[in-house]
Amino acid sequence: MNILTYLIPISLVLGGVGLVAFIYTVRSNQYDDPEGDSRRILSDEWDDHPKP
Amino acid sequence: MTATMRPSPSACPACAAAPAAEALAERALKPTQIALSLPTIHCSACISKIERGLNAHPGVRSARVNLTLKRASIDAAPEVSAEELRALVEGLGFEAHELDGASLGATATDRAGRDLLMRLAVAGFASMNVMLLSVSVWSGAEDATRDMFHWISAAITLPAIAFSGQPFFRNAWAALSKGRLNMDVPITLAIVLAIFTSLWETVLSGEHAYFDAALALTFFLLAGRYLDHRTRAIARSAAEELTALEVPRATRLRDGVEEQVNIAELRVGDLILVRPGGRMPVDGEIVNGTSELDRSLLTGETLPVFAGEGQVVSAGEVNLTGPLTIRATAVGADTSLHRMADLVAIAESGRSRYTSLADKAAKLYAPGVHILSALSFVGWYLYTWDMRTALNIAAAVLIITCPCALGLAVPAVTTAASGRLFRRGMLIKHETALERLAQVDTVVFDKTGTLTTGTPQLTNLAGLPRAAVECALALAEGSSHPLARAITAAARDAGFAASELSDVTEVPGYGTRALLNGQEVRLGRASWTGAAPLAETASFLKIGDQAPVAFVFADNLRPGAAEAVEALKSSGKTVILMSGDTTPAVEAQATRLGIPQWMAEALPADKSARIQALSSEGAHVLMVGDGLNDTAALAAAHVSISPATALDAARVASDIVLLGNDLAPIATACETAQSATRRIRENFRIATIYNVIAVPLAVAGLATPLIAALAMSLSSITVSLNALRLR
Repeated sequence: MNILTYLIPISLVLGGVGLVAFIYTVRSNQYDDPEGDSRRILSDEWDDHPKP
Repeated sequence: MTATMRPSPSACPACAAAPAAEALAERALKPTQIALSLPTIHCSACISKIERGLNAHPGVRSARVNLTLKRASIDAAPEVSAEELRALVEGLGFEAHELDGASLGATATDRAGRDLLMRLAVAGFASMNVMLLSVSVWSGAEDATRDMFHWISAAITLPAIAFSGQPFFRNAWAALSKGRLNMDVPITLAIVLAIFTSLWETVLSGEHAYFDAALALTFFLLAGRYLDHRTRAIARSAAEELTALEVPRATRLRDGVEEQVNIAELRVGDLILVRPGGRMPVDGEIVNGTSELDRSLLTGETLPVFAGEGQVVSAGEVNLTGPLTIRATAVGADTSLHRMADLVAIAESGRSRYTSLADKAAKLYAPGVHILSALSFVGWYLYTWDMRTALNIAAAVLIITCPCALGLAVPAVTTAASGRLFRRGMLIKHETALERLAQVDTVVFDKTGTLTTGTPQLTNLAGLPRAAVECALALAEGSSHPLARAITAAARDAGFAASELSDVTEVPGYGTRALLNGQEVRLGRASWTGAAPLAETASFLKIGDQAPVAFVFADNLRPGAAEAVEALKSSGKTVILMSGDTTPAVEAQATRLGIPQWMAEALPADKSARIQALSSEGAHVLMVGDGLNDTAALAAAHVSISPATALDAARVASDIVLLGNDLAPIATACETAQSATRRIRENFRIATIYNVIAVPLAVAGLATPLIAALAMSLSSITVSLNALRLR
């Protein structure tokens, strides 16, 4: 049962990472235009260098 | 300076998101932001083409296209005008309209939506973790391991609930402090009691802790709230876009110089130039020019009226032929357009308050749950004299009966139904509009602008002499007056050629005159051509000294009008036509559409009085109208629909907005509303069945956290799936 000492913190940390990542996406407006973003990725306009 | 630099009162990272959203809203409201509506964009090529085109403009700092909202927001230098950029995008081959930034500001960032989403995420994360721990407890963890798992669960649950449950706690407190009960009171009580008893159990190394149930409850209920919020936010944003499309601008004359100003800047006494085709921005008096006015949006009359110097005009009237200069006598909230709002307020106060199905359910449900839970507490306490057992059982009863499925039952169905209707071109603005639409048994239509498009059509072409038509065509070709355009279109379609005329001149407000072989010919108003006026909309042609010839017009029917009326009648609804237009015009359209009951020359007050009379006879009236004269009637009706072309005031007063030009969706919307209401009732029944099975177990003290979790998830999932069956 000693394995729990590692597993429980690991599972909590992993979940926490997911939550923090989600909060980051909401705060950086990534849900404002889901339809446009799903198509922008197909555009080859900024393939050679990133958008300034 | 960004918002995150400000001291934040909350300790958690998620709470800091709200001020960030606020800062975003501030940024979106900057005056140099230009918004364009791009209704035709649909692919990634459109996005990059428009963005490249806009960014190439020297005055544009940055431009971004939003495909979901079909909108471009442009950060531009102050000297760049929206009109310039609109022309640029049109030049790229896309339809573009300018949007008024001020009416759009509120939709820039949906703060409440983000807030709910954040709470939903926290509840979801926490409930997943706690559920993992609970599964090991249910599968047989014992003694110290179980206690440790309970303690970890408590450590996750307490802060998560404190953050995520706030919307419920706040609503419940608001209801309780007014001495009332709502759905949020049993929810709050269940959550608080569950956490309290679970903590107590954990301290005493007990077997049953309901941490996972409390979190799952919060998560499911927040999901319902979020769906509900999103449906309404989409409708609100689309409605605001309609308003924003009418950019409130007027041409002011100052010392003979024209300048474009915002309507809000106009003052009483200002001289305003209204070009043909333009709408009066304010109430005023004509100081210069003659023309004809289309007052159909205000009165429902299709017949244009003469406008000359000294005449009083009201905001909302459309100038037809010649440029007019008016002196403003009332601006902004004092205009007759805005005074109409009083009528609406009166009509609304008379409207019987509709109680939604969810509220009705809550009224039965909330006291029932409390009584049941209290009774089981008292019963078990008297039976065992053990506070701990009694409290545990009371908490289990509250959790199992908690309206998880009830909270999802209505939003899941309305989201599905609104989405379906939105794709067919209907915008559901009010939350209970669907339920009210389902009850409709009488449909009242306005004529001008609703059943008809407001553009006239020549009706007596076949009975006119050839020479007269050819002469009229020649006169009408040069004019942009709607009646002249109707003559041109009808004569061209029938293959007539224009006769040779010289000296064609348009006399604004009267008609057009010219010379035919040295004889004067006139096409225009009855008084100007020496004819006796007719009751229908008509234009007269006078050649030399001959008797004038009448060209009679009827309004064009809107596409789908006949189908909509037919479908409504065949589904057993009473259809009534009510218009402010003249009796012959209304009668003609009523017979054409097969509407047996009609009412002509109705004043705005007549319309709303008639609707109130119908309602007091027990009818559930659906009012479909577009004009200012319909506004009070729209507000008085049980449920109301207005087309997107309607005046802003009418759109605000109505529950549903028809986005397309077609009227046919009205009949199908009634059916969708009925099936949606049926699904809501079914959902309530499903939730009740789960309760009927699980509640006796809880009262008998046999409920375990496992049973609670199963009942809750299963009922929520069945209810959501049932909502998706909606056709």
